[in-house]
Amino acid sequence: MSKARTSLSRTTVVHLALIAYTLISVFPVFLTLINSVKSRNAIFRNPMQLPTAETFDLVGYTTVLGQGDFATYFQNSLIVTVVAIALVLLFGAMAAFALSEYRFRGNTLMGLYLALGIMIPIRLGTVAILQGMVATGLVNTLTALVLVYTAQGIPLAVFILSEFMKTVSDDLKNAGRIDGLSEYAIFFRLVLPLVRPAMATVAVFTMIPIWNDLWFPLILAPSEATKTVTLGAQIFIGQFVTNWNAVLAALSLAIFPVLVLYLLFSRQLIRGITSGAVK
Amino acid sequence: MSDATPSRDAIEPVRRPRRWHIAVFLLPALLVYTAVMILPLIETLRLSLFNTVDGEHTFVGLANFKVLFGDARWAADFWNALRNNVVFFAIHMLVQNPIGVALAAMLSIPRLRFAAFYRTAIFLPTLLSFVIVGFIWKLILSPIWGVSPYLMDLVGLKSLFSPWLGKPGSALVAVSLISVWQYVGIPMMLIYAALLSIPDEVIEAAECDGITGWSQFWKIKLPLILPAIGIISILTFVGNFNAFDLIYTVQGALAGPDKSTDILGTLLYRTFFGFQLQLGDRSMGATIATVMFLIILAGVTFYLFVVQRRIRRYQF
Repeated sequence: MSKARTSLSRTTVVHLALIAYTLISVFPVFLTLINSVKSRNAIFRNPMQLPTAETFDLVGYTTVLGQGDFATYFQNSLIVTVVAIALVLLFGAMAAFALSEYRFRGNTLMGLYLALGIMIPIRLGTVAILQGMVATGLVNTLTALVLVYTAQGIPLAVFILSEFMKTVSDDLKNAGRIDGLSEYAIFFRLVLPLVRPAMATVAVFTMIPIWNDLWFPLILAPSEATKTVTLGAQIFIGQFVTNWNAVLAALSLAIFPVLVLYLLFSRQLIRGITSGAVK
Repeated sequence: MSDATPSRDAIEPVRRPRRWHIAVFLLPALLVYTAVMILPLIETLRLSLFNTVDGEHTFVGLANFKVLFGDARWAADFWNALRNNVVFFAIHMLVQNPIGVALAAMLSIPRLRFAAFYRTAIFLPTLLSFVIVGFIWKLILSPIWGVSPYLMDLVGLKSLFSPWLGKPGSALVAVSLISVWQYVGIPMMLIYAALLSIPDEVIEAAECDGITGWSQFWKIKLPLILPAIGIISILTFVGNFNAFDLIYTVQGALAGPDKSTDILGTLLYRTFFGFQLQLGDRSMGATIATVMFLIILAGVTFYLFVVQRRIRRYQF
C-alpha cells in the first residue's frame, strides 16, 4: 500500500512548525528551571544563560525549604488526590456496572442524572457547599476536599466506565453466574480486571484537575495544616514576590514532581487519553 | 444465587422481587454525588432568591437579579465581567482550537518522525497547575526581568514590547493567551484521537481519487472530525465560563489592572468572600453563581439540541 509520496519539503515544513510549537511549550518551564539554580545577579543579567560554575546558587531553594512547610503541603495534596481517585474509581465503577449490566426501572433516568455533572461544574454550588461543610464541621479538613473531588469525578467516571463495561462479554459473566459467583464477585473478580485500561484513563482525567485545583483548597481548607501544594505555592509566591530566587525555586519545586511523573508515564497517559478512539 | 437463564439477555430474571445488589452498586456514587454536588447546586439556586432584609433571611424573589443587572454599583461590575468572559471564550475558540487542530493534523501524518516526542512536549503545560503557569508567565512578561524584550529583539520586534499584563487594554488578551498556551494540549489530543480513528480505507479511497494533502484534510478529514470539534467547543465553553484560577494567580482577586481581566469566576469569588474592604455577600454570591449556571446550561443545551443534532456522524 503506497501512501501518496510525502514530499521532502512538506515534511520539513511540518517538522519546523512542530519544533517551533514545542519550543513555545517547553521554553517557559525550561527557563524557570535553569534560573532557579542561579544567583540573583545572574538571573537578571543573563536570564537565558545556562547556570555556570560562578552563577550556580541554591539560595532560592534554601529560602523555600526554610520558610514554607512544603513537605506537609505535598503530603496533603497526595492524600487528597489518592483518596479521591480511589473513591471515584470504586464508586464510579460500581455505579457504571449497575447501569450497564442490569435493566431496571429508571435506568436511563439515573444515567442522565449522573451525567448531568459532566457538564455542570461543581464550583457553582460553592456557596452551599461551604455552608454544608461549616454545618458538619468539615471546614479545614482534608475530608471536605476529598468529598468534593469525589463528587466532581464521579459523573465522568460513570460515563466512561459504563461505555467500557458494555463491551465485557455477557457469556463470561453468565459463565460466572453458572459457577455460582455472586453479583458482587462477578463485578470485583471478572469485570473490574477487564476494564483496568479504562480505569487508568479515568484516573488520569480525575487526577489532573484535583492536583491543580486552587478554588476549593482556598475556600474549604485554607488552614496551615490542610493547605495543598497548589495553594501553598500560591501563598508562598505571593509573599515572596520580590525575592526572585525564592519564587523561581518554589516554582521549580512545584513543577518537579509533575515533570518526573509525566516523563515516566507519558506513554500510558497519552494512550489513555486517545484510547477512546484508538482502542 | 445463580439463576442463569439460557437466553442472552438473561440479566433480567423473570420473577425476583428485589435485586438489592443493584442498589448497593448505585448507592455510594449516588449518595456522594447528590449530597455534595446536586443538593448544594439546588441550594445555591434557591439562595439566589433570598436576601437579608433587616437582619432577617427573607424571600425576595428576583430582586437580587434586578440588583445585579440594574443597580449602578453591581451592574457595572457584572456586565464588565460578562463581557470579559465572552472575550476570554472568543480568544480560546479562535486561537486555541485552530492551533490544536493544526497540531493534531500535523502529528497524525503517517510515519512522522519524533511524533511521540512532540506530543509529549506540547501536552506538558496542560498538566501544570495554574499557579505555576500563571507565575512563570508573569515573570517572563515582566519588564523587570527583560526576557520577552530580549526574545523579541532576536526577531527585531523589540519596539513592540510593552508590559501587557499591566495595561488595561491588553491584559485580558495576554491572560487569555496564557490560558491558551496551557490548554492547547487538550484539543490537540482529542482531535488527534479522532484523526487516528479514521479508517485507512477512507484515506486510501481518497488518494485513489487523487485527493491528497490540503484538500484531503479539508474535504475528507475535517468533516469526519467535526463531532470532536463540537465536543472541544463545548468543553472550552464550560471551562471558560467557570474559569477562575489563572486570573486569580496572575492578576489577583481584583482582576486588575482596573478590573480589565475580571471574569465571572473572579467576580463570584470577590462577591462571595469579600476582598479587602468589601464584605462577603452570600446572597449576591449565589445570584452570580445562578447566572453562571444559566449561561452554562444555555450553552450545553444549545450544544446538545442544536449543534449535536446537525453534525453528521459517520459510522465505519
